[in-house]
Amino acid sequence: MFARPGLPRFDYVQASTADEAVTLLQDYGPDARLLMGGTDLFPGLREGRFGARVLIDVKQLPGMRQLDHDDETGLTIGAAVTMNELARHPVVQARYPVLAQAAGTVASYQIRNRATIGGNLCNASPCADTAPATLVLEAEFLLYGLQGERAVTAGEFFRGPGQTALRPAEMMVGIRIPASPSRAAARYLKLGRCRSGDLSLVGVAVCGFGNGDGRHAFRIALGSVAPTPVRASEAEAHLASQPAGEAAFAGAAEKAMAASSPISDVRGTAEYQRAMVRTLTLRALRDVWAQLLA
Amino acid sequence: MTTHAITVTVNGAQECLDVASNTTLLQMLREQLGLTGTKNGCEAGECGACTVLVNGEPVNSCMMLAVEADGQEVLTVEGLAPEGRLSPLQEAFVAHNAIQCGYCTPGMLITAHALLQGNPQPSEEEIKEALVGNLCRCTGYVRIIEAIEDVAQDGAAKGGQ
Ligand SMILES: Cc1cc2nc3c(=O)[nH]c(=O)nc-3n(C[C@H](O)[C@H](O)[C@H](O)COP(=O)(O)OP(=O)(O)OC[C@H]3O[C@@H](n4cnc5c(N)ncnc54)[C@H](O)[C@@H]3O)c2cc1C
Ligand code: FES
Ligand code: FES
Repeated sequence: MFARPGLPRFDYVQASTADEAVTLLQDYGPDARLLMGGTDLFPGLREGRFGARVLIDVKQLPGMRQLDHDDETGLTIGAAVTMNELARHPVVQARYPVLAQAAGTVASYQIRNRATIGGNLCNASPCADTAPATLVLEAEFLLYGLQGERAVTAGEFFRGPGQTALRPAEMMVGIRIPASPSRAAARYLKLGRCRSGDLSLVGVAVCGFGNGDGRHAFRIALGSVAPTPVRASEAEAHLASQPAGEAAFAGAAEKAMAASSPISDVRGTAEYQRAMVRTLTLRALRDVWAQLLA
Repeated sequence: MTTHAITVTVNGAQECLDVASNTTLLQMLREQLGLTGTKNGCEAGECGACTVLVNGEPVNSCMMLAVEADGQEVLTVEGLAPEGRLSPLQEAFVAHNAIQCGYCTPGMLITAHALLQGNPQPSEEEIKEALVGNLCRCTGYVRIIEAIEDVAQDGAAKGGQ
């Protein structure tokens, strides 16, 4: 018996326009799948988690691999920009470090050369590493369908494991992130079973703005510890209501833990993951605060 | 199922091939071109035994379709020793006994080759980070890291690679 029989049968089509891609999606319905880096798609097809009669390659469509930055309008990222491209892009590193850090924690160097941000978000795994970053950056996702383009906020996009706001015959073409204030700092902390190369058990993204003069704000989002990536809004409100410091951070970490609802599985128990949400949130807040004061 | 006529440069030679939609780059290299240096370890993107360079960047060839390689340049482990003469990196793997069964070796070599091209003098930490996607079940990683450090130092002694 062959243990590894290759990929099941499908047809491959490289779309030449976005309209062609969504028309094919419409015509084939659930028999068609969009292809970018294939790093979620191919394992799914091999394991028989789903089938596909046709794969529609959309990563080479105009704009999909582009990254544009403007001090006023912010950052626009083509959906097919890869994790390595994000992780090493100087503007992303300097202005949106939480995204560069998150992209750099995905899998291995080889996978990051293929894995795209759009594929990561549309696959909508609760442990998708770039998802918490898009929540704290208040990103909007640009979705293209037969009726044209619309924008959906990151907060509205994730609906459940593998479930998104994408309609049938719609695809993600880009991610838009508002301009980042000049005094901003961020940290993405990811806990896996080993130091690198593993899916996250807990992911915590923290952004901070402002400085020690009392006008500061924090945003916190959690990955892998709920059916979708989640924003820890009560923890953020707790921080907004008092001076920054150890006491505020400890209280916020408790509230972040309360915002999580992990389930036990082979990779870790719910109790462990909840405790680690508190620990990582505390560490990330301290780190971001130290960066803001520096 | 449709097939696609592609043109791909492999180890410097242009190849014109008909590939089925679902043929992976790994299958194309091994089964259509007979380049069996590139190994199939897990076929799931986990082990790195199938690592090749596409346009100079390491990718898992089990996680890419052959048709996606149309118009691209591919380098496999065979391309590291074009005249049958081992490269300094390959010599260092031999000298350091960085090989036991050898199954992971082609992927290790390709990943390390790409690392050294971009960063001729990587630190130990940078070598470990680059090798996250290459698993070895027998040698252990210490000798492999030492072999790569050896070439990095040699390159430095000679004023860069
Ligand atoms: C060994 C290994 C390790 C991994 N480790 C991590 C990790 O540490 N962290 C992490 O977050 N992920 C990890 N992943 C998962 C995966 O690499 C990422 O989610 C990746 O970003 C997916 O992007 P892709 O371009 O490969 O998507 P694809 O596989 O091409 O697509 C993913 C899904 O999105 C759909 N899709 C593709 N393009 C579009 C579009 N434009 N619009 C709408 N839907 C679309 C596809 O049909 C598919 O269902 C790992 C995967 C592997 C194989
Ligand atoms: S065979 Fe491709 S990563 Fe293991
Ligand atoms: S030498 Fe056997 S797997 Fe590495």
